[in-house]
Amino acid sequence: MSRYISFRDFDWLLLIFVLLICGLGVLEIRSATAHTKFAGAHIKQLYWIAGGIASMFVVSFINYQKMLDGVHWMYIASIASLMTVMIFGQKYLGARRWIKMPGGSHFQPSEWVKLILILAVAKYFADLHQRELTWPDFIKAGAIVAVPMLMVLAQPDLGTALTYLPIAIMGLFLGGVHLKQALTVLLLAGLMMPLAFHVLKPYQRERLTSFMQPEADSQGSGYQVIQSLIAVGSGGLWGSSAASQTHQAFLPVPQTDFIFAAFAEEHGFVGALTVMLLYFIVLMRLTQNAQTAPDRAGTFVVMGVVAVLSFHILVNVGMVVGFMPVTGIPLPLMSYGGSSVLFMFLALGIVMNVRMRRFVN
Amino acid sequence: MFGRDEKVSPVRLTAVQYIVLGIFLVLAYGLWRLQVMQSDMYASLAEKNRVRNVPILAPRGKILDREGRIIVDNYPSFTALLLRDSSRDLSADADLISQGLHLDAKDVKDRIRHFASMPQYQPIYLKDDITPDELAFVESHRNELPELDTIVAHRRLYPRNGFMAHLIGYVGEVSEEMLNQPRWEFYNPGDVVGKSGVELEYNQILMGKNGSRRAVVNSRGREVERLDETPAESGRQLKLTVDLDLQIAAEQALGDKNGAIVAMDPRNGEILAMVSRPTFDPNDFAVRVSRDQWSKLVNDDDHPLLNKAIQAQLAPGSTFKIIMATAGMQEGIAQDMHVICNGGATFYGRYFKCWVTAEHRSHGLVDISKAIYQSCDVFFYTLAEKLGIDRIAKYATMFGLGQKTGIDLPQEVSGVMPSEEWKLRNFKQKWYAGETISVGIGQGAVAVTPIQLARAIGAISSGGMLVRPHVASPSDYQGNVVPANVPERTQIPIDPNNWTIITDAMANVPSPLGTAGSAHLQGIDFAGKTGSAQTVSNALKAKTANGKSKYKDNAWFVGVTPRRNPEIVVAVLFEGGEHGQFAARIAAQVVKAYVEKQRRQPTKVAEKSKKVEIGAVWNSESPGGEDQDRLQGGHFSIDVAKQRLPLAVAAPGVQ
Repeated sequence: MSRYISFRDFDWLLLIFVLLICGLGVLEIRSATAHTKFAGAHIKQLYWIAGGIASMFVVSFINYQKMLDGVHWMYIASIASLMTVMIFGQKYLGARRWIKMPGGSHFQPSEWVKLILILAVAKYFADLHQRELTWPDFIKAGAIVAVPMLMVLAQPDLGTALTYLPIAIMGLFLGGVHLKQALTVLLLAGLMMPLAFHVLKPYQRERLTSFMQPEADSQGSGYQVIQSLIAVGSGGLWGSSAASQTHQAFLPVPQTDFIFAAFAEEHGFVGALTVMLLYFIVLMRLTQNAQTAPDRAGTFVVMGVVAVLSFHILVNVGMVVGFMPVTGIPLPLMSYGGSSVLFMFLALGIVMNVRMRRFVN
Repeated sequence: MFGRDEKVSPVRLTAVQYIVLGIFLVLAYGLWRLQVMQSDMYASLAEKNRVRNVPILAPRGKILDREGRIIVDNYPSFTALLLRDSSRDLSADADLISQGLHLDAKDVKDRIRHFASMPQYQPIYLKDDITPDELAFVESHRNELPELDTIVAHRRLYPRNGFMAHLIGYVGEVSEEMLNQPRWEFYNPGDVVGKSGVELEYNQILMGKNGSRRAVVNSRGREVERLDETPAESGRQLKLTVDLDLQIAAEQALGDKNGAIVAMDPRNGEILAMVSRPTFDPNDFAVRVSRDQWSKLVNDDDHPLLNKAIQAQLAPGSTFKIIMATAGMQEGIAQDMHVICNGGATFYGRYFKCWVTAEHRSHGLVDISKAIYQSCDVFFYTLAEKLGIDRIAKYATMFGLGQKTGIDLPQEVSGVMPSEEWKLRNFKQKWYAGETISVGIGQGAVAVTPIQLARAIGAISSGGMLVRPHVASPSDYQGNVVPANVPERTQIPIDPNNWTIITDAMANVPSPLGTAGSAHLQGIDFAGKTGSAQTVSNALKAKTANGKSKYKDNAWFVGVTPRRNPEIVVAVLFEGGEHGQFAARIAAQVVKAYVEKQRRQPTKVAEKSKKVEIGAVWNSESPGGEDQDRLQGGHFSIDVAKQRLPLAVAAPGVQ
């Protein structure tokens, strides 16, 4: 069964497109942070990317089937790490999300939990085999994702908690959910909405309402939405050379959550569309890898990555163009930040892993 | 493996691809809409996007006394602030700014760094109450320092000389550690909030909501057009239960002696006056107080920031005998107890002195009544021996000693009421019966706060009705979170006979018969109990004494008027006052002020002395005869003196 695994089977094309997006991200971080106290962030981002690539290679050589065999332990460890945050986490601006690590760095477990959820969901559905999805299967699959999701929600970190949702949805969809089941759950979710709104923290509620009518609170939460819209809109077709929104600091945190707005202002519709195209190519390439995966589990793993990546793009770009509320979700591969970069490359490492074994069996 | 391991439905995989395509088309449409269809509109918005936000600070609510007289007011002043909406490097200007505003350059830079992660519209407040020359500096540097501006702020005006300072508290900038607590989660850095006293406890009511004014600024930071204004919502007024006239009387009565006074209405728990000494002047520290000034106040050995009325835990001395008497009589022991006091007695092999030996006399035959007004230690030693510590602790705890009273002021302390269980829990030691003897006269491990003592003795004088003290008037008080698990009122059963005996004995205390004869008030039904409590053991005192006031006994007095079902209870702690009667004189002044105010209220004819014309008829002996009275009539004009203390209009320094 063992077969020589070679770099020839590595998806170099995928890596090239990924690195193109990263490169554009680094350039935009440099431009957006110049003359601010964040100046030099693009250098740090380069280090993160280099570290990400290295860990991607490492991960691609650990057989993903072995990983899936041990996924229960990883799942338990991730629940434990979320528990640790709940108890010992550093409180910052009213939320407990970080664990202080020796050496002054901070660790946010909710990021790598995402990765383990992809594996856990894949393992669960791969083991089901049957085409028909029964209600108990449905509920069990939901619970795998719901437990860590609720724990992250309690931190409270609505944005990250939401990113767990597409993993479950993708799993259920490919696992053979019926239209009837989907509609029932959607209906239930719709009924729960008012209740959920009630549970949200005031600042989260404020963000939602300010999304509905940003002018109502143009200095508070609505400020970010309005400034982002102005940044994107003033970019025009070819981009604004002054890019005053980004460079005069009207746009908040242009290097992280609003990097796409900064990019769209500087490079216009043409530039923004180019980036979107790159992301689309990456997603299509990933789906193709899922189709050629050696087994059911492999397909589920890769499609889990597709789900998370598409959701991030949908929510982040959607927020920047005013279709979605401000949730604090970064744009993967472009936004500045170690956790996010590392997650993407580790996820790609697993995708490579699946692809390199496509001829096994 | 081949058969079971079915592949995932290719139809669904393709469906995912179409869904992703759909998402991308929608997002691309969003970009198209903004960047192509509406790009002109947004470009002009970006052009105009040099909107400056200047906050409008909301004034805090005034604090009033029970009759609506002003205790804490505001006055307008200028605050210098840095606006962070420009792209300027603020740190580079810090040196010039700190020079012009007479600030420490390092402090200014620290603040700029501290605010770096805050939203742009959040300004940095640099200095409150700037002087005219600092204001002139800001005005003359508009071009060089466009980010530097001034706004009108409403600063707190507190009564002068630390009048009522402990009860009122003070305000300050919300600190970083506070912001991490759930209570302050939704406040912003730079907000001015209550830091102690009612300013802290009722911050929610007193604090307003800041507004803001938006204006378009040019690239150099000059305002060129005003846009809109969100007015500030001022904070609500807070009415206290304190009576300003009584507070003035209490402040004057304590003078600059160390200690505390609490005056409370034992019928409903309303605090009428509260004084603590030494005091501090909250006006002295600006809203943003410098670090040196602050540490000087905190590290002062006399602890001027401590509100002794609720935070001093001291031995109650003989005032505790009222609790003892109640316990003894309710348990049926003290009624028929007679003790001969020869200046002391031996218990458990140790000789305990009565205070009276210091005057070279003895009390002779003592019953419960005489034991109270003469404060005979031997009687209460004997009673303590008979009751035992746990029964004493039971009554003391019932009347709220050794626990928080639940007053609506922050940082109240609980004091200590020892018992067998307490000693086992805290010292892992058995209680020695000998320790009970000292507890009988309010020494030993007993530690109470003045407010606890006022509440407990007020309750006994009221026939057992124990109330929870509070400083805000009921309407505001209900709106606030109830501070502790203390019921608003508790009825503790006291036999009417016992009640009469104890209260009558207390009425004898400020009389020639009692221990506080010099505090006698003519024409006022004034009752109470003196106390003097050692601060260190007698042995230590003998070694170091030499008249050093540091180790002088604390004088206590808790007085009420009238003796039964009183309208007011006054607890006085006079630190180093040596004898209870000195505290009693202070309490008498407060009680006198109270009664005089009550008596004058129905007839408000307070004008200057004036002549009153009256007519009258009377009998007088007839000048000629001896046996006949003669009716006479006449018309008089007499001087009516109306020289009384004028009522206060507002707290001193706030008019």
